[in-house]
Amino acid sequence: MMNSRTVNKIWTGVFYAIALFVVLLLGFLVYEILKSGWGFWDLSFLTGESSNTEAGGGIGYQLFNSFYMLVITLIISVPLGLGAGIYLAEYAKPGKLLSFIRLCIDTMASLPSIVVGLFGLLVFVTATGWGYTIIGGALAITILNLPNLARVSEGAILDVPDSVKEASLGVGATKWQTIVKIVLPTALPQIITGIILAAGRIFGEAAALIYTAGLTTPILNTAADLSSPVNPFNIFRPAETLAVHIWKLNSEGIVPDAQAIATKAAAVLIIMVLIFNILARFVAKILQKRFEGGKMKRKKQPQTAA
Amino acid sequence: MNDHKPINYWKSEYLGRILVTLCGMVIVFTTLAIIVFITGKGIQSFTVSGISLWEMISSTNWSPNDGQYGALIFIVGSTLVSLGAILISAPIAVALAIFMNYISPKFGEKVLRPVLELLVGIPSVVYGLLGVTILVPFLQRTYGGVGFSLLAGIIVLSIMILPTIASLASDALRGVPPQLLEASYGLGSTRWQAISRVVLPAAKKGVLTGIVLGLARAFGEALAVQMVIGNTIKLPDLLTDPTATLTGILTMDMSNTLNGTAWNNALWSLALILLIMSFLFIMIIRFIGNRGAGK
Repeated sequence: MMNSRTVNKIWTGVFYAIALFVVLLLGFLVYEILKSGWGFWDLSFLTGESSNTEAGGGIGYQLFNSFYMLVITLIISVPLGLGAGIYLAEYAKPGKLLSFIRLCIDTMASLPSIVVGLFGLLVFVTATGWGYTIIGGALAITILNLPNLARVSEGAILDVPDSVKEASLGVGATKWQTIVKIVLPTALPQIITGIILAAGRIFGEAAALIYTAGLTTPILNTAADLSSPVNPFNIFRPAETLAVHIWKLNSEGIVPDAQAIATKAAAVLIIMVLIFNILARFVAKILQKRFEGGKMKRKKQPQTAA
Repeated sequence: MNDHKPINYWKSEYLGRILVTLCGMVIVFTTLAIIVFITGKGIQSFTVSGISLWEMISSTNWSPNDGQYGALIFIVGSTLVSLGAILISAPIAVALAIFMNYISPKFGEKVLRPVLELLVGIPSVVYGLLGVTILVPFLQRTYGGVGFSLLAGIIVLSIMILPTIASLASDALRGVPPQLLEASYGLGSTRWQAISRVVLPAAKKGVLTGIVLGLARAFGEALAVQMVIGNTIKLPDLLTDPTATLTGILTMDMSNTLNGTAWNNALWSLALILLIMSFLFIMIIRFIGNRGAGK
């Protein structure tokens, strides 16, 4: 029999080793991506057109498509997610309907993204007759992110102290007025952090886009009419995003430098994810300070005194 | 008081209330629409194309050109790759959760949590690309063969689902009342004894939920696995053999087939299998939750 103290020490060592291993693993992965994609900041790469046959292509269109897709997706999914969060936190009454809604959210959240993409193919591509479009892709990723945004908003709203709500209701505001003018501003830092983290995921999504936004981009021309498929801002045009481009290069890329472009594009994606992560932390901190430094503290004091 | 302007309840309450209720309903309708559309399309291979359901889930012969639609290879491939990923990932994730809560909460909060958040944030195509550029050549050098293999898929997936399991397990451990730990210490147990015999059993429900969610994520992951597993339509004899998964075949073949053909319908049936599996995982999670609550 080993001494139980020795066993304890061995396990403590094991836990330290595993924690260190995971940290080193992330370091290794990020290092490998940046190393093999070194030079990704080259402007002619970031803004250049990609070529199907020759080496030296860029990712200009794909980068633009990714950002544009992100903006369109957020325009659709943030109001819906926020609205659903408000409904769940403030209006929905416990009962059969609510537990059914929660089951739907759980189901939606665990759908494989390829299944959502195929649903998009059926509905946004085929049934509507749009073909592969930005809006189809945006709607598909909205489905992927809606449950998460609803949960984040609900959680943020539930975290607002009841005393704040009661004060507002007590002076005669309706429930809706209280939500819009008191609850949402207080819950904002958490909600914004959630949205930025969701933005990172939207930016990197590929599986749901292959069959909704497509694998191609027309040769864009800003001078074209908005209804023309070559206008970059037309949401009814096919758009291959950066993440999809990486997948395509890897699976069917015939350009000689496919691997080099893919790794550089991956480096760009990783940098974007890092920026979104840092931004989320930063914004949360700043907003938290602004809200707590000002009104919130004075409001909280009587509560603790009582 | 009577000369006060009456509140316009329509504008200041009902309109907003209706709008947010509609947002909630959008979730319900979308979920139902997904189920209806995928099911409707997925059963056509049995109702229209005359493929036998039993043959599809029991035969390993997938040769659409000869009218053979046995999908067992894909089902086995998906199952093996996600179970393998769980076997590697779950113990590491639970260890991380223990580390963050009981061994060094400060290091956990300052370093491990951000590290896990970044791991979640890395897009799946980047994981796939890393697999192709680092892992596959490494496996090829070490074990011979092509490198694209079940093992490559398992390793890539195990990294991808690690943060999911670790953060849920960590939440579960945080929910264990500190009195339990103190009582255990009071009886003279060491930290390891307290963790392994008191804390972990108390957090079993949450940890299991995390593992099942990780399994669900692994089963449904498409691109990262498809990029490294080789996509050979053959049951693997060894971990180092290539094979194929449900998500992989869907990603690759859906655009090669014409709508309405038996081949296309069979692919939609595979999508339906994926959908049913994700229901199954949710049922298991709910079952775990309810069983714990009943006690």
